[in-house]
Amino acid sequence: MVFWFNSPPAQRSVMSAFIPVALLLVFCCVCSLLLGAGNVGPKEAFQVLLGQGTDDANFIVYELRLPRTLIGLVAGLCLGIAGALMQAVARNPLAEPGLLGVSAGSAFAVAIALAMGASTATLPAELAQVGALIGCLCVIAVTQMQGQCNDPIRLVLAGAALTSLLTAMTSLLLMYNERAADEIRFWVTGSVAGRNFEQLMSLAPSLIIAFVCVLYVARPLASLALGERVAIGLGYKPGRIRLIVVFSVALLVGAATAIAGPVIFVGLVVPFMARALIGVDIRRTLWLCVPLGPLVIISADVISRLIAQPAEMPLGVLTAMVGAPVLLAIVRSQRLPTL
Amino acid sequence: MVDQTGTVSLSADNLTLQHGKTTIIESLNLTLPLGKVTAIVGPNGCGKSTLLNGLSRIHHPIGGTVLLNGKDIHKYPSKEVARKLALLPQDTISPDGINVEELIRFGRHPHQSTMKQWKMSDQEAIDYALNAADLNGLKDRLLNTLSGGQRQRAWIAMSIAQETPLLLLDEPTSALDLGHQIEVFELIKELSEEGKTIAMVVHDLPSACRYADHIVAMKDGKIVTQGCPKKIMTKELVLALYGIECDLIPDPMTGSPILINIKRVKSL
Repeated sequence: MVFWFNSPPAQRSVMSAFIPVALLLVFCCVCSLLLGAGNVGPKEAFQVLLGQGTDDANFIVYELRLPRTLIGLVAGLCLGIAGALMQAVARNPLAEPGLLGVSAGSAFAVAIALAMGASTATLPAELAQVGALIGCLCVIAVTQMQGQCNDPIRLVLAGAALTSLLTAMTSLLLMYNERAADEIRFWVTGSVAGRNFEQLMSLAPSLIIAFVCVLYVARPLASLALGERVAIGLGYKPGRIRLIVVFSVALLVGAATAIAGPVIFVGLVVPFMARALIGVDIRRTLWLCVPLGPLVIISADVISRLIAQPAEMPLGVLTAMVGAPVLLAIVRSQRLPTL
Repeated sequence: MVDQTGTVSLSADNLTLQHGKTTIIESLNLTLPLGKVTAIVGPNGCGKSTLLNGLSRIHHPIGGTVLLNGKDIHKYPSKEVARKLALLPQDTISPDGINVEELIRFGRHPHQSTMKQWKMSDQEAIDYALNAADLNGLKDRLLNTLSGGQRQRAWIAMSIAQETPLLLLDEPTSALDLGHQIEVFELIKELSEEGKTIAMVVHDLPSACRYADHIVAMKDGKIVTQGCPKKIMTKELVLALYGIECDLIPDPMTGSPILINIKRVKSL
């Protein structure tokens, strides 16, 4: 144990970090089922898990807490992986998935739908995803037009420009539509409450596509960390690698945003934690992000249920309040790892 | 080990390369001598790195072709080129937390697919590269804790693990002190003696003469002259390339030309 903490992160085995984090995640998932909204205490909820619960308790655990936990799992998985990919491709440890215009794109798409009369409850999950994809395709189109897709800095700059434009347009839209403004207020702060299984299932195909892309792109992306020309020398095409990464990030963030709203900081902090535990190699970081992302979201969600009882604090607010100090600590730390 | 003995040829045919809108190299013809070390020399900005980038398919030509075994290099799948030609660029990045063996493993990527990632032959190639670059004792060391010369040897080992008959190096010794330069040059020489065809961009003229079998002297995007260092290296050539006056004497031990009595030509 002491030996583990004294060894350099890059020399620890992935499993030695993966297993404890995964166990912690299982523990948090159980907590998430046992604790929280509804008049069902941990004891009653535990009986439900053993198959001896009352109808009321069954309803609360299986219809409210279970979907919420699953959504936390999926959203955390998506955001953690998307964050790690984004930071690797932008060569910037402070890059966030939202930088590509992904979050702004999905928020804008949702705002349009709401302004046209939809309600957050019936909003199809794919909508936010389509918005995310369109957002990042615009960014890529701009950089491609200049023939500069090979430049990660331009990619981020174009993303930032598009993000502010889309955010401004969303505000404008909501200014003229009070009902939509009310509806989106809850959505924008991010919450895993009130979403259901159907939304989750409808995202499955796109998530499978995204994960296949990630499996394919992990090795080329790792070689890109050695330098642009080294990657070309090894037979990879950096421009194509970046396109695949950006596409996967859009699918992942779009999915997470669709089911949990724009949850910030998770995509930024999770890869940081993963690197602190097992080093900067993207192939290792990605593996650890698999349990770490859900762990961060679900533990944040459980805490948000406990401290704001009986109301529940929106997840986005909590992740921001926890994430900001963590980020400041990272900024103040002695040295940032180079990516 | 795959037989790497000078089986793959690389040449430039009427090659024209541009940086943005500026033409750097125009209608250049060059064939690398098989199984030899070729050094590309010339003043800053003469286009030698651009030429190397063109030869290694990083730059797309505006005109003419780079021929790998007689076929346009851009017509091959990039991965197939990577099995014939290894490249060590100048702008390598050594990420935090990667060790020597992990770096060398990247050299095996062109031989692997997403589905089939690790074979016995991969480990053999890595062991061979570790041996060849004399890195056995350092294989678990983090790249960032090595000296400049050791690190450069690790990068070259990555290219060795690629098992290519061709190896292109862009200023492999530029940031190294004298001892580390010799370390790297001797490794390059050994690799060529095993049959690899090597081309490198070198700044240091005496080292180029000492370690290369063939010198390509460039100025303003054109080849001024090329050939065996002992034959082509003259004080007139040094003056034409660098604008300096000097005398040349043969190294008493190796016979390769050494520059002495160097002085700047005063403009009138």
